[in-house]
Amino acid sequence: MATTSITVEEKPLVRYLLGRADDALVLGHRLSEWTGRAPMLEEELALANIGLDLIGQARSLYQYAAQCEGMGHDEDDFAYLRDPSQYLNVLLVEQPNGDFAHTIVRQVLYSAFADPYWRAVMQAPDQTLAAIAAKSEKESAYHLRHASEWLIRLGDGTPESHRRAQAALDALWPYAGELFDADTGPLDPSTLRPGWERTLAGLLTRSTLVRPADWVQRGGRAGRHSEHLGHLLAAMQHLPRSFPGATW
Amino acid sequence: MTPAIPIWEVFIRSRNGLAHKHVGSLHAADATMALQAARDVYTRRGEGLSVWVVPSSAITASDPADKAMLFEPAAGKIYRHPTFYEVPDEIGHM
Repeated sequence: MATTSITVEEKPLVRYLLGRADDALVLGHRLSEWTGRAPMLEEELALANIGLDLIGQARSLYQYAAQCEGMGHDEDDFAYLRDPSQYLNVLLVEQPNGDFAHTIVRQVLYSAFADPYWRAVMQAPDQTLAAIAAKSEKESAYHLRHASEWLIRLGDGTPESHRRAQAALDALWPYAGELFDADTGPLDPSTLRPGWERTLAGLLTRSTLVRPADWVQRGGRAGRHSEHLGHLLAAMQHLPRSFPGATW
Repeated sequence: MTPAIPIWEVFIRSRNGLAHKHVGSLHAADATMALQAARDVYTRRGEGLSVWVVPSSAITASDPADKAMLFEPAAGKIYRHPTFYEVPDEIGHM
């Protein structure tokens, strides 16, 4: 691509903010990929709404990261001018949409973490971060409810929907563990694990789905990604890299 | 073929405190999902503070063929309109 990538001054706070922002941006982008392809109009709008919420969260976090970094970068530089190895999102959010069940399971695994996470960060001494968390928590609460209701209906639905929901859960479960890895943020994410386990246990019972065995696939927070992220960023970054400063 | 998904009618009460108003319809498998879809489809621009969903099948509608019998007799009775007195400003919405 034509434009060179930026070099980020990775102070601990900047690195933390970029990780959370990248989670939201990459998942938001994944949901935007459903536009024009969703199984029904109602869900197309729902997924697009959730995607827009997440991209809005990413913007706030990137803006704050830019301010903390103090190198003159802005939110667009962070989104469009970093290579896959500079992205710090968890592997879960870059996993492809797959069928509708995969998208819903990915959303449940992420939102069941994100909602209590942002609620906890609302208490952080950092006022800017606490304000971003307060806005994000309201949005995440709905994302969790939306995906949970779907998971229950897919799991406890027809034999076909059950089979697909279980397959999605089996495929994506190994990526959930990375959400709880320690980072340089205001709280240790692993403290949220018991609550997340309770949320998931309740949901899986109602969905008649079986909890997969635990093993964890990690690397995203360290910039080691699956090949999927490269393809996603190629689509997302193509225009601003080919035509720097383009507007419409 | 996909089994038919029921249709729901959506009613929204806006910020200004008026009654719930019909805004449109949508497809959903059950009431919970209908409420969720109504929120996503019809309140994206801050339109509402309260949402009702009603199965379309629960609505009994008048027969268009009965239009003349049902509604035309009211047309000539102008004295039924409350236009013969002034509503004081303090009353607000009636």
